[in-house]
Amino acid sequence: MYDLPPSPQSLSGKETGPLLIALVVTLSALWLLWSGIYDNTLILGLGACSIAFVVWMTRRMHRVAEAKAGYTLGPRLITYLPWLGWEIVKANFQVARIILDPKLPISPRLIRVPVPQQTDLGRVIYANSITLTPGTVSLDLRGDGLLVHALTHEAAEGVLSGEMERRVNRMERPS
Amino acid sequence: MIDSLLHALVWILLVGGAAFCVIGAVGMLRLPDFYTRTHAATLPDTLGAGMILLGLMLQSGLNLPLLGEGASLRIGDGNTLVTLKLLTLLLFLLATGPASTHALVKAAYARGIRWNQASPQDDSSDSKHADPD
Repeated sequence: MYDLPPSPQSLSGKETGPLLIALVVTLSALWLLWSGIYDNTLILGLGACSIAFVVWMTRRMHRVAEAKAGYTLGPRLITYLPWLGWEIVKANFQVARIILDPKLPISPRLIRVPVPQQTDLGRVIYANSITLTPGTVSLDLRGDGLLVHALTHEAAEGVLSGEMERRVNRMERPS
Repeated sequence: MIDSLLHALVWILLVGGAAFCVIGAVGMLRLPDFYTRTHAATLPDTLGAGMILLGLMLQSGLNLPLLGEGASLRIGDGNTLVTLKLLTLLLFLLATGPASTHALVKAAYARGIRWNQASPQDDSSDSKHADPD
């Protein structure tokens, strides 16, 4: 089994306290919002148990520091997500046209692209964005290189152009 | 008037999302090997689910009491909580979809599943194992 290493952004016990409280508050608000039930002891008790379990797991996995990254990254996602959404829509139509083309004009290839992101979260967002865009799938993330399978030459060029890479970078490090 | 426009838009989104799901299924059948098929599988994951959920969100609508009681901003069925839940559902789908796709292709790559560089008509001899290095 994998033994998860402490994340590089590990914090001391003193710093994680406020983060854990913020986590509990966020999870409680979400539970109350989603369930919409505020007067049933059983449901509220189950919610409290779930929150306690999630907090315990987060601590056990040494991932409390990433909750902090989540809180600071959240607002910056607002500018990134619409751009990614539009890229996904365009890629959807391209892949749909390829699938419906009688000649099936694919030219699959494997490419290796650099992953300059510093934090685990930034790297995951970059690799997930590539997978989420139809026509490209991230195969393997190792070191600072990402192996990408592309359906067509054009899709491969799109990743190699590095626009997505720059945008994820910018989101990771606010200027 | 606004209501029928909204309904038309909802129907366009629902049918469009369904169309992308079907195209994804067609791609699963037509594309030649495992890796290219995963590209087709991302269509229902992204625009397929996205358009359907967006259509449902328009249908459930919003009900915001911006101007006090009796003068609230009301769209569709006015079920704000359902709309919020659908939006969260979309975000969860977009966050988990690539994780499962990545797990699949990484497992296939680690097992050395072959990929076909030739055209789909010619699946005889030209397949070779993916080796980037």
